Amino acid sequence: MIQVDHLTKFFGTKRAVDGISFSVERGEVLGFLGPNGAGKSTTMRMITGFIPPSAGRVTVGGFDVTENPIPARRLVGYLPENAPAYTDMTVAGFLNFAAEIRGLRGERKKQAIARVVELCFLESVLHQSVDTLSKGYRHRTCFAQSILHDPDVLVLDEPTDGLDPNQKHEVRGLIRRMGATKAIIFSTHILEEVDAVCSRAIIIDCGRIVANGTPAELRGKSEMAGAVTLRVNGVAASAVSARLYQIPQTKRVIVLEEKNGTVAVCVYPKPNTADGELLRAVGEAAQGWRIEQLRTEEGRLDEVFRNLTMPDTQK
Amino acid sequence: MNTAIANIKTVAKRELSAYFASPLAYVFIVIFLLLCGFFTFLLGGFFVRGQASLTMPFFFWHPWFYLFLVPAVGMRLWAEERRVGTLELLLTMPITTWQAIVGKFLASWLFLALTLALTFPVVITVNYLGHPDNGVIFCGYVGSWWMAGAYLAISCITSAMTRSQVISFIVSVVLCLCLLLAGIEPVIQFLTGWFSPTVVNAIAFCSFFTHFENFKKGILDSRDVVFFLSVIVFSLFTTAVILRGHRQG
Repeated sequence: MIQVDHLTKFFGTKRAVDGISFSVERGEVLGFLGPNGAGKSTTMRMITGFIPPSAGRVTVGGFDVTENPIPARRLVGYLPENAPAYTDMTVAGFLNFAAEIRGLRGERKKQAIARVVELCFLESVLHQSVDTLSKGYRHRTCFAQSILHDPDVLVLDEPTDGLDPNQKHEVRGLIRRMGATKAIIFSTHILEEVDAVCSRAIIIDCGRIVANGTPAELRGKSEMAGAVTLRVNGVAASAVSARLYQIPQTKRVIVLEEKNGTVAVCVYPKPNTADGELLRAVGEAAQGWRIEQLRTEEGRLDEVFRNLTMPDTQK
Repeated sequence: MNTAIANIKTVAKRELSAYFASPLAYVFIVIFLLLCGFFTFLLGGFFVRGQASLTMPFFFWHPWFYLFLVPAVGMRLWAEERRVGTLELLLTMPITTWQAIVGKFLASWLFLALTLALTFPVVITVNYLGHPDNGVIFCGYVGSWWMAGAYLAISCITSAMTRSQVISFIVSVVLCLCLLLAGIEPVIQFLTGWFSPTVVNAIAFCSFFTHFENFKKGILDSRDVVFFLSVIVFSLFTTAVILRGHRQG
């Protein structure tokens, strides 16, 4: 549904987005990750046609966003950053306006508004001025506007920003459910959201894509991925460490803690070690010790994120 | 074509309702009517003249009222959208920038028409007291409305230039003042000493004042209508260019 092809944007001489290419199909939820100023919002603005790209092109449902903007925009629902809404209107008035400008009239308009009001829990504030809404409600009002015409493509810039934990949970559920039939791109700072919602994630830094894959694939990039944690009782740390180093797959052994005769160590695998191989080897090596805990670590997204987006000096 | 009109109507409807949702519309109408009454009956010497005419006591002041009041109506059109961020919402909807610009302009222009229409008691008064030429009065109203449109279009430009309504207001007052002063007698005389008559005529031709003159007298000259229309079209075009410039980054 969305094709992004070598998209580049200059602001003056500053290169905000630098040759980004990716595509999103129906049924996919793409998480857009990156530090502040990485170019997430700029990319989304180019996809929705708000700002024209300096080079490259975006097509939505086959329509070029710059050359054929109106049919492309009909397919898109957009929640901009900070969820702007007309402050001088009531929630009902705002949704009514959004529906009419989307070409919904009469009974269809009524149904569409009723549907999003229910989905976004807006009944209680329907006749309140947008000006007086709390941030969460304003956010949901703008979100409601974006799904009003049941679009095939949703572009959501930080959809859970400023929501309380319950609302966050609700919105994530909504995105996941809608992701089954739509192509969705959403940006976030919150890494747990990637696991909760995305079928795929892209990490961008300084305008470039530095990683693109399923959340599991991204976690696999972590040093921690496949590492084995072992906790044994009654053996000295040096003895544990010495025996574990004799395993051929071991790259490094780190003692995490030594207290009351219990030793906890983490064994990092060498690259290209098959799944479970290290766990079995450590299990065998630990025979005769009193094992309290033995498990394989999954990679950690925040570590991957830090490694990919921090300048080398700060790692 | 039909969708274009529907889109313009939707944008205009929203804009008009926004005026009446805030105190701005009511404050504006009340102040405009108070000023009209005060200037017409007291400063304009409506009763002293003993003439059943609105040309001097009423329409004479309109260019000066508009100088301050129309920029106040136009200042929020784009500045507010940019400040709140709704511009991003509006311009990613399936409408063209032109439809948005025309819709917003028409809404404000209609609002000014409504305000102007509410000065009808002046017309009733003059008809009650004497036998005025109502054709001339009607022509004056039409001219006044066109002139208001030209002021408004200038305010559109300044509103699109900035996020701040205050800056938009001040710049637009100054621009309109220039366009107004270019046509009044003392300024023309001053300019005659500096430039050739052709240049002076050209400058005076650009003034709102000059083109409103005929309307006031009851002369509906197509040249004057074309002038105001071209000011409006040119200004809205400039607004489009400015808006595109912002998005270009």
